[in-house]
Amino acid sequence: MSRPASPLPAFGLSPAGRALETAGAWLLGLLWILPLAYAVWTAFHPSAFSTRFELGAPLTLQNFVNAWQAAPFARYFLNTTMLVTMVLAAQLVLGTLAAYALARFEFRGRDLVFGLILLQLMVMPDVLIVENYATMNALGLRDTIVAIGLPYFASAFGIFLLRQTFKTVPRELDDAARVEGASALQVLLKVYVPLARPVYLAYALVSVSYHWNNFLWPLIVSNSVETRPLTVGLQVFSSTDQGVDWSIITAATLMTSAPLLIGFLLFQRQFVQSFMRAGIR
Amino acid sequence: MFRLADRVTAWLLLLPALALLVAFTHWPALATLWHSVMSTPKKGRPARFVGLDNYRGMVEDEVFWQALWNNLIFAAGTIPVSIALAISMALWVNGRIGGRGFLRLAYFTPTVLPMIAVANIWLFFYTPQYGLLEQITHGLGLPSHNWLGDKHTVLGAMIVVAIWKEAGFFMIFYLAALQGISPSLAEAAALEGASRWQYFRRVLFPLLMPTTLFVLINALINSVRMVDHIFVMTRGGPDNASTLLLYYIYQVGFSFWDSGYAAALTVVVLVILGAVAVFQFGFLERRTHYR
Repeated sequence: MSRPASPLPAFGLSPAGRALETAGAWLLGLLWILPLAYAVWTAFHPSAFSTRFELGAPLTLQNFVNAWQAAPFARYFLNTTMLVTMVLAAQLVLGTLAAYALARFEFRGRDLVFGLILLQLMVMPDVLIVENYATMNALGLRDTIVAIGLPYFASAFGIFLLRQTFKTVPRELDDAARVEGASALQVLLKVYVPLARPVYLAYALVSVSYHWNNFLWPLIVSNSVETRPLTVGLQVFSSTDQGVDWSIITAATLMTSAPLLIGFLLFQRQFVQSFMRAGIR
Repeated sequence: MFRLADRVTAWLLLLPALALLVAFTHWPALATLWHSVMSTPKKGRPARFVGLDNYRGMVEDEVFWQALWNNLIFAAGTIPVSIALAISMALWVNGRIGGRGFLRLAYFTPTVLPMIAVANIWLFFYTPQYGLLEQITHGLGLPSHNWLGDKHTVLGAMIVVAIWKEAGFFMIFYLAALQGISPSLAEAAALEGASRWQYFRRVLFPLLMPTTLFVLINALINSVRMVDHIFVMTRGGPDNASTLLLYYIYQVGFSFWDSGYAAALTVVVLVILGAVAVFQFGFLERRTHYR
């Protein structure tokens, strides 16, 4: 994104044609931002104005106050924060170890193991809800935050991404450290991990946004205020009878998305580049 | 032969991740197969082998066929449009268009928002009488319409939400690909007197093909996985017109508590994902290498 490359140069396009195209791009952009703009309007105005668009409409934060008090959102925020932190930490540690083994060790069955790991890219925990629920029940973990995160601790995507990165590390660095008597784990921590820092950041952003937004599995496993993440809390909140007060529901909606949205606005470039980096495989 | 110590180290490094993967991916996938030929255990009546009974029930289950059909329409409606939009977005944002920063932001924002949250906004959007859509159509003098309450329009309304959510995400991959394409290709094409459309058709689009395949795989998986919005917007209604497969599995497994039948339905989803995998390894992997 840094260089203003233009793979479609003018090609003798007339100014009118160019203007038309710019208009099209903008129309699409406005259309794309419209739902969010609509939500912002409704959330920051009294409910009398939730569907009336007048420039002079008074601004208010009351909807956020009401939403915050109507459901234990503070607890939901805490739960989600614990969930995404736990999942990310586990994914990074387990992924780093596994990726290192796959990238730099020779052993029989390596390709088979790698294939079995990649299987998770297709068969995600998201569709194995019935069996995983039975497993959590058997383990006595139902309705715990650990149970929400556990199926995602080992991430094929993370292992794959780190393996590809580790493979680009020059072997000489590895060998040099080994000659000096460093153990495998020391080499990993001193040589590989620091060199893969941008990939860790990219993976972290993708993982956090995925698990912040995840809904179906948490809905199934969590059953109380103490474990429910924000997405499930929001769903419980907006589906129980709020008298369909859209102002409060949109305020709650914005509240739950706010950390990601603000993070995205502040670190737009990193976000986009992370998703890009994570996507190129 | 490889050194013993190295082999042991390698397996120790792999062990934690592998154990969890087996426990929550491989084992449940196999257990699903097994449980799909078992009856649902009830109080005092443990699960017993019932052969293909669950599958027989599935063939006769109209809701299953409807969910499968809905899912096909959902995929067919979502994927081509979101890919086409993603390419346009990427071309615009990558070019010298005015307001690039805003456009990139606008296109990408839906990707970072939780589906469950945006579904609430879209629900409000579609609400009869006072929703935004209704206000617009009313302003144009069109008759009132309950988009989510009518079984002929509900799936279309969901497809629009899915396209809106996904197009900006796919744009990213095209953007990455476009930045790897040398501008001299365009210059050469322009010198040859090619039109812009010809350049896109003959040069750019073929060069973007690996990206398109990658995006296609992602889109196919998403069309199976994306069900969050159904919980907020329609709960599968009206009359199952917006039920998708995974949502139906949820209903059968966790509302009707029929785990045997839910397992059989899950097998169908696994077969679909398997077909996507075969497609991927047949087409994609020939050119992408893991080495």
